Amino acid sequence: MVAKKAPTRRKPAVSATAQVPIVDYLRLGARPHLRAHECTNCGARYFDRRNACAKCGRTEFKNARVKNAARVKAFTIVHRAAPGIPAPYVSAIVTTEDGTTVRSNIVNCEPSPDAVKLGMSVKLTTYPIGTDDEGCEAVAFGYQPA
Amino acid sequence: MAGDPSTGDDVWVLGTHMTRFGRFPDKDWVDLASESSMAAMADGKVTIHDIDILAAGSLFNASGSPGQRIQKQIGQTGIPVYNVANACATGATALRTVYMAIKAGEAEIGLAVGVEQMGKMGMLTGATKKVSNVYEPSGRFGAVTGIDGYLGTDGMPGVFAQAGMAYANEHDGVGFEQFAKVAYKNHKNSTRNPLAQYRKEFSLEEVMGAPVMAYPNTLLMCCPTGDGAAAAVLVSGSRLKSMTKKAQKRAVKISASVLTSDPWTEDAQVLPDVNTLTRNAATQAYEKAGVDPADLDLVELHDCFATAELLHYDNLGLCEHGGAGDWIDSGGPFREGTTPVNVSGGLISKGHPIGATGIANVYEVTTHLRREAGDRQVKGARVGLTHVIGLGSSCAIHILERAAV
Repeated sequence: MVAKKAPTRRKPAVSATAQVPIVDYLRLGARPHLRAHECTNCGARYFDRRNACAKCGRTEFKNARVKNAARVKAFTIVHRAAPGIPAPYVSAIVTTEDGTTVRSNIVNCEPSPDAVKLGMSVKLTTYPIGTDDEGCEAVAFGYQPA
Repeated sequence: MAGDPSTGDDVWVLGTHMTRFGRFPDKDWVDLASESSMAAMADGKVTIHDIDILAAGSLFNASGSPGQRIQKQIGQTGIPVYNVANACATGATALRTVYMAIKAGEAEIGLAVGVEQMGKMGMLTGATKKVSNVYEPSGRFGAVTGIDGYLGTDGMPGVFAQAGMAYANEHDGVGFEQFAKVAYKNHKNSTRNPLAQYRKEFSLEEVMGAPVMAYPNTLLMCCPTGDGAAAAVLVSGSRLKSMTKKAQKRAVKISASVLTSDPWTEDAQVLPDVNTLTRNAATQAYEKAGVDPADLDLVELHDCFATAELLHYDNLGLCEHGGAGDWIDSGGPFREGTTPVNVSGGLISKGHPIGATGIANVYEVTTHLRREAGDRQVKGARVGLTHVIGLGSSCAIHILERAAV
């Protein structure tokens, strides 16, 4: 059972803004990427912890780095969004080059059916979504046209 | 395959009822459920003293012993009560609970009731996370804020839009217009149903031009929230044999009752997979009933959003695999088509008070098989199928057949 501790917030440094990822499976740094728990038996990947693999029932997992290149498998353009979320925006399900399915937004792309296409090549990118009272910046990930 | 009570092992629908779906601020959910329960018993010519078991489903009242609350209105006879909750498959799960008790020989006659009072609840979405002024990772994903809107959508119109678009990604001939035709059809069908929440026809242009909720789903392609109840009295075949000829003639055989959950699929880790569990349930149901999709005279399926209905044409084998777009373009699921789908108006126009839905579609098909559906009657209907999906996920399918007596 992989019971990775959630990332701790870094204290603001003198020269750089402290950052925290929106979710613990987003790894920031020089080359931001997603990290999954991968079943060592069947290779199924999960972004949250599992007591046993939902595919094969085994209990051994390892960390896997998910590839940043992906294709759009499905999308929707959300016009009625949750409170505080700017609309319209593009929500999507993408399949990465190494076969992992990820939910995210399509960013840096016009939110219109003319601009977003099924099967379109995209790649992972990150962007700040806000700063808390202690000056820590939250960073989300999205996929932009490759 | 024809229904014949001489084989005593089967389970039959003896009586059924649904309230009109809509918004009833002057009543509460207990009133609605009690009204429907008593009407279903009256329809089946039985009383509360004949009922051996009660199963009740009300998703938003699941922790409040809804079955016992209803008993206080209709008769406290001390029988076992099962309160069930299974998202949008809640009502169908209640029905199947009674079915299983009769099959197991623990009961001869049982009552299943489903009810919901949602009013103008607004758009259903995932749980929203409390936003704090200081980012602290919490929960299973170590999230520092709500992810709805940042990492895709949790809103139901968008979740089901993506399910439809995944189908469009894999198969040709499926796009905005094919999805919109579903809503055009179901709104049109509802004009014949006096129990529907909405009874207004819209042109295809009006459907496509309505405000976008989550592309390709416009407002007219999304089911409303609302209030309503539905109930069914089930009876064993052997008990039915002791009843009047008229009761036997009006009884409808449950040829298959199937419930599945979602097996592991890669995509379903982030996008609910409403397909695999429906296909699994359909395969089991057709085999148990000895019925082919081509035998079906009508289908009531889970069109919570227009994008969802199209998928299930394929999942239920109503069209060729990959051919759902062509099938609706050819008129297949329309009233006059090869297999009419959602002649009641479906969830999109009849309404979707969550706990009631899975029994309301059994009411609908039963009413057609009895040839009592008035203006919306599907002529000569002998076999029908009902289908619901509860996100999370559950799928219930029932195949119903007209009595051969």
